[in-house]
Amino acid sequence: MKSGKSGGKVKNPVVYFIVLLQTVIVLFPIYTMLIIPFKKTADIFKNPYSIPKNPVYSNFSAVWHKVNFLALYKNSIFVTVVSIICIVVMSSLASYALTRYKFKWKSQVYFYFMAGIMIPIRLGVLNIFGIVKFLGLFDNLFSLIFVYIAMSIPISILIITNFMKQIPIAIEESALIDGCSKFQIYAQIMMPLIKPAIATVVIYNFLPIWNDFYFPLIFIRSDMQKTIPLGVALFFGQHTTNWGVIFSALTLACLPPILIYIAFSKYFIQGITAGAVKG
Amino acid sequence: MLSKSNKFEITLFLLPALLIYTVFMFVPLIASLPISFFEWTGIGGKTFVGLANYQKLFCAQPFNDRLWNALSNNVIWFFISMVFQNGIGLILAILLSKNIYFKRFFRTIFFMPTTLSIIIVGFIFTLLLNPQFGIINKIFNAMNLSDIAFFPWLGNGKTALLCIALVNCWQYIGIPIVIFLAAIEGISNDVIEASRIDGCDDRKTFRHITLPMILPTIGMVTILTFVGDFSTFELVYGMEGTQAGPNYATDILGTFFYRTSFGSYGGSAQDMGLGAAIAAFMFVVISAGVIGWIIYDRKVENYL
Repeated sequence: MKSGKSGGKVKNPVVYFIVLLQTVIVLFPIYTMLIIPFKKTADIFKNPYSIPKNPVYSNFSAVWHKVNFLALYKNSIFVTVVSIICIVVMSSLASYALTRYKFKWKSQVYFYFMAGIMIPIRLGVLNIFGIVKFLGLFDNLFSLIFVYIAMSIPISILIITNFMKQIPIAIEESALIDGCSKFQIYAQIMMPLIKPAIATVVIYNFLPIWNDFYFPLIFIRSDMQKTIPLGVALFFGQHTTNWGVIFSALTLACLPPILIYIAFSKYFIQGITAGAVKG
Repeated sequence: MLSKSNKFEITLFLLPALLIYTVFMFVPLIASLPISFFEWTGIGGKTFVGLANYQKLFCAQPFNDRLWNALSNNVIWFFISMVFQNGIGLILAILLSKNIYFKRFFRTIFFMPTTLSIIIVGFIFTLLLNPQFGIINKIFNAMNLSDIAFFPWLGNGKTALLCIALVNCWQYIGIPIVIFLAAIEGISNDVIEASRIDGCDDRKTFRHITLPMILPTIGMVTILTFVGDFSTFELVYGMEGTQAGPNYATDILGTFFYRTSFGSYGGSAQDMGLGAAIAAFMFVVISAGVIGWIIYDRKVENYL
């Protein structure tokens, strides 16, 4: 703060020591996870934390044959993509009604959605379990998709309505005069205008859905329906002593979110801030 | 508002979100309470038992011991998070808010662990805390602290909960950092400069300007942590299993609920009625926290 005004950078070594220490604390476990797969078992137990001199790839091929990673990736991608598309469509439709129409129960409907914003959906898991069984969705990826859509709707409606309220109505009014229907206005005028809010919604909901372990653990049984966290967790339970293979599986599971995060880190950080700092 | 209301259109716009949210979230949350009045194993019929599940939970051994044990472990976990995740997170956010080199790089790195799946983080640390090959013990070994060089961090009832809660802090510290940083940087420069002109140094500016202005954010981060900590489950499951060993030392409400409702290997049979009573108890605890936060937030907003 002191030097912010003059444009000079902070030179105090204590500041850099602390942030570098935190950097090491954060990166070391990730570094370990990434290098151990490239070592032979004997080497892992002798020097687990050194950079591998002669990298081996056999651990990866072993884990690729033992776990059907293609199926795991496919299921995780399917669940995440379908959930997020539905979240965006449903939340933006509802937000449109909540910001562009007058109706009797409007503030009650809004409050009804917002009531779910702080309460974790997993507290209702016993009833969801009953509903999933009733609908015949047990051991079916759609059980997860419905849960993920439901849990993401409150925050997504909050983000999108806050954004829509700031968009002037004049554009839509002139479209209405030109004879567009409400759905055309929503799809062709509103959706392009709220792109930043949609980006926030996608980023905010991506990680909790992609990484969720709780609902797959309860709703999914067969190997062909497992998502990455569940598949890797069961594999971990069976092979706790073979570190090379275990860490290969962990690396394969972590790589997609880490790479996506590195590519879009700015948006992730903005998204979390937008979601947490109330509008 | 756009022209006249049209009930049909409004219904079409609202229906998909209302339907899924109601069926898969609102009703299941509210209807936990009714299930807790029944005896139910998850398969077959339910028998109405009135308040028997609550009587079991609060008054009968071993359930009441497990409940208070899990609740107190959750409270300890929450305080560890407040100090090591949010406290250190605030300090790091303050440092990042200064004009330092590689600020964006540091911010990006600090947030990175939150992108990982928590169950996988649990596995990584299970191996890092391994008594023979774990890094922690290698460091102590190198420092010639051979007394604790082979210490089973996750196998000892005195250290296991602390270690797991600290792993949780490791993963989520990026969230308070990013939120606090945004709040600190959102404070207008004019206010800061005015305090400088009035003769405040860094510490005084923080105490009298920055801190009061981020009080709402501190409340927000606290309630997010509270809700997260009192509903978490994965780390204990991943690092200690459903029995939350050693001897329930790491049992929290989330694992107690899961074990009771869905059973465990070699454990007792499923008891969803009792599970629903635990869920209702968690609902009350979390709601109390949220209501407390809403009251706090109103007060702070008025005070600002």
